[in-house]
Amino acid sequence: MIYRESGDYSTTYAQDSQTFPIRFDRYRFYAVVFVAYCIIPFIINDYWASAIFVPFLIYAIAAIGLNILTGFCGQVSLGTGGFMAVGGYSVYKLMTSFPDVNIAIHVLLAGLITAGVGILFGLPSLRIKGFYLAVATLAAQFFLVWLFNRVPWFYNYSASGMINSPERTIFGYIVTGPSTEAWAKYLICLVFLTLCAVLARNMTRGTLGRKWMAIRDMDIAAEIIGVDPLKAKLSAFAISSFFIGIAGALFFAVYLGAAEAGDSFGITKSFLVLFMIIIGGLGSIFGSFAGAAFMVLMPVLLKNVLVGQLGWATDLAAHLEFVIVGALIIIFLIMEPHGLAQLWRLAKEKLRLWPFPH
Amino acid sequence: MPDQFLFAIEVMINGLMAGVLYALVALGFVLIFKSSGIFNYAQGVFALFAALTLVGLQEGQIPFSHLINAIFGTHIHHFGWHIHSVIAIAMTVAVMVLLAILVERYILRHLVNQPDIILFMATIGLAYFMEGFGDLMWGSEIKTLDIGLPQGGSFWIEENTAWLGGENFYGFFIDRLDIVAAIVAAILVLALTLFSQYTKQGRALRAVADDHQAALSVGISLRYIWVLVWAIAGIVALVAGIMWGSKSGVQFSLSLIALKALPVLMLGGFTSIPGAIVGGLIIGVGEKLFEFTIGAPFLGGATENWFAYVLALLFLVFRPQGLFGDKIIERV
Amino acid sequence: MKDTIDSYVTADGRTIGGVMMEMKNITLRFGGVVAIKDISFDIREGEIRAIIGPNGAGKSSMLNVISGFYHPQEGEVWFRGERRPTMKPHNVARQGIARTFQNIALFNGMSVLDNVMTGRLTQMKTGIIAQSLWYGRAQKEEFQNREIVEKIIDFLEIQHIRKTPVGRLPYGLKKRVELARALAAEPKLLLLDEPMAGMNVEEKEDMSRFILDANDEFGTTIALIEHDMGVVMDLSDRVVVMDYGKKIGDGTPEEVRNNQAVIDAYLGVAHD
Repeated sequence: MIYRESGDYSTTYAQDSQTFPIRFDRYRFYAVVFVAYCIIPFIINDYWASAIFVPFLIYAIAAIGLNILTGFCGQVSLGTGGFMAVGGYSVYKLMTSFPDVNIAIHVLLAGLITAGVGILFGLPSLRIKGFYLAVATLAAQFFLVWLFNRVPWFYNYSASGMINSPERTIFGYIVTGPSTEAWAKYLICLVFLTLCAVLARNMTRGTLGRKWMAIRDMDIAAEIIGVDPLKAKLSAFAISSFFIGIAGALFFAVYLGAAEAGDSFGITKSFLVLFMIIIGGLGSIFGSFAGAAFMVLMPVLLKNVLVGQLGWATDLAAHLEFVIVGALIIIFLIMEPHGLAQLWRLAKEKLRLWPFPH
Repeated sequence: MPDQFLFAIEVMINGLMAGVLYALVALGFVLIFKSSGIFNYAQGVFALFAALTLVGLQEGQIPFSHLINAIFGTHIHHFGWHIHSVIAIAMTVAVMVLLAILVERYILRHLVNQPDIILFMATIGLAYFMEGFGDLMWGSEIKTLDIGLPQGGSFWIEENTAWLGGENFYGFFIDRLDIVAAIVAAILVLALTLFSQYTKQGRALRAVADDHQAALSVGISLRYIWVLVWAIAGIVALVAGIMWGSKSGVQFSLSLIALKALPVLMLGGFTSIPGAIVGGLIIGVGEKLFEFTIGAPFLGGATENWFAYVLALLFLVFRPQGLFGDKIIERV
Repeated sequence: MKDTIDSYVTADGRTIGGVMMEMKNITLRFGGVVAIKDISFDIREGEIRAIIGPNGAGKSSMLNVISGFYHPQEGEVWFRGERRPTMKPHNVARQGIARTFQNIALFNGMSVLDNVMTGRLTQMKTGIIAQSLWYGRAQKEEFQNREIVEKIIDFLEIQHIRKTPVGRLPYGLKKRVELARALAAEPKLLLLDEPMAGMNVEEKEDMSRFILDANDEFGTTIALIEHDMGVVMDLSDRVVVMDYGKKIGDGTPEEVRNNQAVIDAYLGVAHD
């Protein structure tokens, strides 16, 4: 009863290929956008911003990026942390070298630089496949982190080896640096996420997306029907890295404020984002959101319940988190390789028939 | 002979020893990959888990004591006994076999015929699970593992090689533990080879490695073989865990050696036992020599973090099947 | 050259044109194994050309050579009057050669519609940026191609499964979707690798009808490998027979049927 598609007929190809073909979905989407832009910024406080919303928004961008490469194009990457580091350090160098240029432009440029690095490390994908490639992306992860740790130029020769985000403004409002207000952090990340999600959706529903998916599903057949594997894979690496670079830039400049390559962008980040897309759903933009939300919320919940309510030691809670995450990954891969996104779709299919399932 | 050259040789020998340990971990990977086509990312965590279990049993730790204490408010930690290391090792072997059975029963069986990459990601999940589980079971503090292996530099070698160099050279410094590790690794490889050549199970294992379908059709139980292989890999992990644990303590970083074993595999090919050994030695020597000659003097050091990966990456671009792998002919 | 005669008209009224593709002295080896040995034959504009032979004769390898997946060590491939240089498969596809596969090679994670749309990839030209904005040219191009694809879908009678993920389809329908994908490219030359393998009589009749209609309506030249002799004899204009990598016969179905070497290869004679 609450979910109906009857009476919703597409009469043009444009209607048929829109993002939310069902009217109900469309309205719910507008409602979510309205709440995100017009309500949350007015009620958000520091705790909610720094514990949940800002990391969620940033990780969602990274997850979209990795999902393009892994979920859509089938190339598993364990180098996400390293590419986020490229974004973070690029935006730092840009901010400190050109203080007068708008930070939003710096973030986009950081994304472009990361795209370039992504192409470079994507080149081996033309020769090597599957987990060989996954291991090869570890080279990117370890080399990049080492580079940012050991070459002082990248951290402007600071004594601590850390990079610190200077204060920058957009329309006169401070968006980076220690005195940024919660709503400003939230909004800038939200705007970038919206932008990335729209771009990703458009790319994946058209020719480009079909090329990627063809390579993912059967690369040899894809080549024989006319997909240039070089262009398809490298474009996936470039675009994926573009998003991940933006995520890294925001992660450093807006969220952390101060970063060190090994701690902030280590291999654990690579796995975290990979888990987001496995749990959320490989090859689904919505899944990237769901996975990011899940992986951000779960530790917060666990910590609140176990440490806050039951008084456990924090490391014990952290170990339990490992167990739960590991088990969930296995369970999702066994039961539902398409992740939360697929569960959501199934729920909708059930709702569509409810209460008369026959 | 010039000092610099002798130091380089010493670095190389130590690299060889580190390479043996990489090869030990890589061996576990190869065994599983050959027989089930699964790239077991959790192999390093298996080594960590095995070492943790060994120490825990030896020291008479109560499993999950932290968890029990947190839930019931008790203060239990130890049974108050110490178990002889040989018995503890035997018990750990039993634990690893049990683990193999559980992995087959609850994971592999449900993922048959899935794409390789899904299985790979499942083993990443398994690695996370085991890591958290091991810490929950035995606690996460750094533990010393001592089963009575000789440790420390060998004075005998040091004294008897001192004459090689000039006044700055005091002879080669080689850890006795490394020598033991090399010997153990050699025995292990020999044992595995004999096992696979001359036993019924070994033949079945090779048959499965060659062709799953054909092996099934002559009545080999795939499940049994998988349990067998994962159990063997678990025992190999235990050996690696003992060696690494004796050397640098049982701690989280032990699971990271698994990551080092990956480039070893890429060099040696995923299906070749000699490849794993040669690859391990090349990486061990290569990264130590690179750090010694180029990394530390010119690049700011710590190049060991990435050298192996970049080497393997460059190598793969030119020879995707690895040193000993077969050339891949693609079909449609 | 022997094939200088221009077009002629077949008994059922179709026009067969000049030579479209010519294979000259093709030899293909894998290591020491010779898969194809010094084979020459041609395919004429508008005809249905069959390649037959016992298992392991090298038929699929020949198709792989035509589609650029294997590169022969010796010999020349001529396509539409020009010698084709060694070419990557995706560039061969751009020249207008499409194919289906012996073991279905569909993209299992995509819907039927998307699979067929991949057939249009070589025709779609908007860049990444235009696509990411989904506006103007990119959208227009998408819908123009969608229209062509919908026609093919109608033609092959698979409208009802348009949005179904390919992985869920039964074997016969998968084969049909694969044909749709190949036809969507509007190829000049269509290669079919055992289009009727594993089908029942009814499905075979359907498939034969689609092949004949495609040849008739779109004027597509077709080269096919098939084991069902009845089908081959009914469909094809000319037949190449291969055995152990060598060509042992070439001609109309009638000629091939009476060729002693072919009869020997199929029925088996003592090799001395």
